[in-house]
Amino acid sequence: MAVTVSIPTILRTHTGGQKSVEASGSTVLEVIDDIESRHSGIKARLVKDDKLHRFINIYVNDEDVRFAGGLEAKVNDGDTVTILPAVAGG
Amino acid sequence: MLQIRRELVDKIVAHARADHPDEACGVIAGPAGSDDPQRFIPMVNAARSPTFYEFDSGDLLKLYREMDERGEEPVVIYHSHTATEAYPSRTDVALAAEPNAHYVLVSTRDPDEHEFRSFRIVDGVVTEEPVKIIEPES
Repeated sequence: MAVTVSIPTILRTHTGGQKSVEASGSTVLEVIDDIESRHSGIKARLVKDDKLHRFINIYVNDEDVRFAGGLEAKVNDGDTVTILPAVAGG
Repeated sequence: MLQIRRELVDKIVAHARADHPDEACGVIAGPAGSDDPQRFIPMVNAARSPTFYEFDSGDLLKLYREMDERGEEPVVIYHSHTATEAYPSRTDVALAAEPNAHYVLVSTRDPDEHEFRSFRIVDGVVTEEPVKIIEPES
């Protein structure tokens, strides 16, 4: 399952500046693990206590994975996965 | 330094006043790499709170896709503080994720006078910067 993953500016230090990377996996977690295998350190920015970090949004195509099973959300061949940190504060 | 047109400052302040006592938030996009804020994009505060703001996650995706298609980036990310000074809170610093953006804070705690200040927030370090308001040519 090959997917394209869009990387936000703040995490591009982990991808050598690349705006997007190719990855494989049948769930969001598998995709993250696959990226981590080549871009060490990125997983810790996305996953905390085995859950998606509260202030990180991940979308499969147009769907926020929080409403589709979280890290277990299904990913299909050709999907686009977009990672966006929340724009939030107090 | 943030250089910003008077018209955009007025729009940010008007948005902050309109949403008071909840926090208002939004973006001014500009061409990537230009450091020139041009396109005013008020956002809904999904938290609808006087002490917190967060862009709705669906709106966030649409916003970033649209900026990407137009070759833009968020030059300014603004929000209001409605009972405290226009200085980044601990939460603001912890969640700041755009190292290239000018983080603009507006305080509406005083009904008659607002504070308008700009900061860089990089790796947990806050640096205030001067704001130069570009007045319209008369």
